[in-house]
Amino acid sequence: MLAEIGQLALAIACMLALLQAIYPLYGIYSGHQGAIRSAKTFTLLQCVFVTLAFVILSYLFLINDFTVTYIALNSNSALPWYYRLSAVWGAHEGSLLLWVFLLSLWSSAVALLSKRLPIESIARVLAILGLLSLGFYLFVLFTSNPFLRTLPYFPVDGRDLNPLLQDVGLIIHPPMLYMGYVGFSVAFAFAIAALMEGRLDSAWAKWSRPWTMAAWIFLTLGIALGSWWAYYELGWGGWWFWDPVENASLMPWLVGTALIHSLAVSEKRGVFKSWTVLLAISTFSLSLLGTFLVRSGVLVSVHAFASDPTRGLFILVFLILVVGGSLLLFALKGSTVKSRGHYALLSRETFLLINNILLIAAVIVVLLGTLLPLVHKQMGLGSISIGEPFFNRMFSLLIVPFALFLGAAPLLRWKRQNINELFKPFVHSLLLSIVATLLFLYVFTSHFTWLALMGVFLGFWIVMTVGYELYLRATHRFNLFKGLTKLGYSHWAMSLGHLGFAVLIIGITMTQNFSIERDIKLAVGESVFFGNYTFDFDALEPLVGENYTGSMGIFNVKQNGKYITTMQAEKRIYSVQGMPMTEVAIDAGITRDLYIAMGEMLEDGSWAVRIYYKPFIRWIWFGPLLMAFSGLLMMLDSRYRNKKTNVKGLI
Amino acid sequence: MNLRRKKRLLIISGLVFAFSVSVGLVLFALQQNIDLFYTPKEIIHGKKETGKKPDIGQRLRIGGMVMVGSVKRDQNSLKVSFDLIDNGGEKVTVFFDGILPDLFREGQAIVAQGILLNKTQINAFEVLAKHDETYTPPEVSDALKGMKNFKTNKKQEY
Repeated sequence: MLAEIGQLALAIACMLALLQAIYPLYGIYSGHQGAIRSAKTFTLLQCVFVTLAFVILSYLFLINDFTVTYIALNSNSALPWYYRLSAVWGAHEGSLLLWVFLLSLWSSAVALLSKRLPIESIARVLAILGLLSLGFYLFVLFTSNPFLRTLPYFPVDGRDLNPLLQDVGLIIHPPMLYMGYVGFSVAFAFAIAALMEGRLDSAWAKWSRPWTMAAWIFLTLGIALGSWWAYYELGWGGWWFWDPVENASLMPWLVGTALIHSLAVSEKRGVFKSWTVLLAISTFSLSLLGTFLVRSGVLVSVHAFASDPTRGLFILVFLILVVGGSLLLFALKGSTVKSRGHYALLSRETFLLINNILLIAAVIVVLLGTLLPLVHKQMGLGSISIGEPFFNRMFSLLIVPFALFLGAAPLLRWKRQNINELFKPFVHSLLLSIVATLLFLYVFTSHFTWLALMGVFLGFWIVMTVGYELYLRATHRFNLFKGLTKLGYSHWAMSLGHLGFAVLIIGITMTQNFSIERDIKLAVGESVFFGNYTFDFDALEPLVGENYTGSMGIFNVKQNGKYITTMQAEKRIYSVQGMPMTEVAIDAGITRDLYIAMGEMLEDGSWAVRIYYKPFIRWIWFGPLLMAFSGLLMMLDSRYRNKKTNVKGLI
Repeated sequence: MNLRRKKRLLIISGLVFAFSVSVGLVLFALQQNIDLFYTPKEIIHGKKETGKKPDIGQRLRIGGMVMVGSVKRDQNSLKVSFDLIDNGGEKVTVFFDGILPDLFREGQAIVAQGILLNKTQINAFEVLAKHDETYTPPEVSDALKGMKNFKTNKKQEY
């Protein structure tokens, strides 16, 4: 009975989305005030019903109702309750429901928190969000209904959630990522509404900036979490695989990063407007493309669990409608968007534009590498795969000018920069970063490589220029400490965000250049030497968990002969699907991780063991964390704070 | 043509030029990094679509079923070798030094990435097995259709 109520709620929400899409637009067209005001009501009502559907599905998971097909396929009564709950978005149908649920949350947030916007503008934005929701409701209801029953022959127990997904990282990773994807729909709706209105001014950029930033924060955290999860759960010790699905999340992030910067320029200087609109459209389109790639099953990937071509077709059509429609609108109305400001060749605007273009170039690289195998196959040329070296090479090329401009841009003035004034700050930062790089490499590395020199230098170049800029800005009018306290939140946001990126670059460089990886055969009682570490395979113990059994290898680790830690690496067999899983042991540290994964037991009772030394790998996730935090700071800047309500902190 | 139009033309042609050069460079880098996918039959008789046989020393991907009883391990290291077969009745031997994935079993489908040593032998640097009990990569599934003991994806019809 409950499942049917859930489905009914979903259908009602779908109808409300239809009304939300049509009625306010009719109101604006005919000047009917009530119809314009109805946008908020429909949005909130729709949110209530889809929340009901989502809560019902979660509840059905909790009570193990295996008459529902989706639950029978993705849950099991032996599963702990928190994994049963996260199994709601463990597969296709539920994750789509999560998608519309989050979309309605974002829409409601827009409806509730944009009190300062003219009512007509909100109505337009909500109508567009309604249209997007409608598309997804139809998709859920017609191709991937999570409430379908298996009656009359329902299974006694469920098939269990894929053990790979039974992990804390996977409880939060998909919702975060989806919050990001879906959040960009708000930026998209703002852009489309502005185009329809023919009104793209600084106020528009100011409204849409915090929303875009919020989506970007979620996407940043989502991607970082996914990378962290892959590192400790997949058991290969990698943090990024250039897998098509990872690429699908990286593309909106890259364009989204360009978008938040271009929006900043649009707000402050009134230029780049049509470029900003185009970026907003692209960011959301790439989020949709990501969904299409993941959910249609056209890709061969670790994430391609089960898939269905009709779904792919539906998303493809939806994608074409959204992208085609918005680009058409852009072509028709884009000419009304005039940027009034002027800027010289040597100015902060130019530098920001250059980095925008470099980000787009990076997106094109990823897009080509991801879609080429598809095109190749469709043209009848056979299956291919694009190797990691391609992406790595292209990105290490692009990062050089990108990081140099990134460091330099904040030191430039808006509009026009006198070249002579730049000489001193640049030379100082350059010298400082060279010294810091050499010191850093001397202390932390065992041998020299050019790539490491370049990567670490780029990181320190950003650190030094950021520091120098802060110093200049703070001492401009006051002494250093007083000056630093006078800086606005958004200034700190810029500096910290850029520092986060520097941390990320240094982390990637160190991990890629100085990791030591060894796969070896090891029996209990044997030891392996590794740099100045010794790993003793001490014991092997049996393991019994709630829904799995297995073995646990216990390793004592010594550094220079001195005991430092004991690590426990597990090999589990999940009983329901009989699926083996590796639970790695990690000894985490600021400057290095030690990583042990149990392979398989060999005939003579010894084990295949994978032992890694990964320098600075934590920095790869700490950098994005810093970036996300700086995004939050920017949203808290006094410019965006409503007098009555603290607007963005609530989302 | 007035000055402004001339300037615009210059800027646009510059952009187009820069764009095509960079796309050209990207495509060139791509060329070096494309790994073609083969089944055992295709390694021996040439690709289904083009009839082209892989060159010795070429980097490629191969997918097939691990022949039952063919997995041989070295006693003192992690070196292992096994035979891959498909519905064409051909057999290719894969050598690998490292840890096999959790779901690697005899009689199941895998994909390996490596270098062709000679006509029927591959030195693999990566071996991938499927990620859940019912999923087989579509490309491998095509190559195995009609074989005994092999079931195609059934998850959707559950």
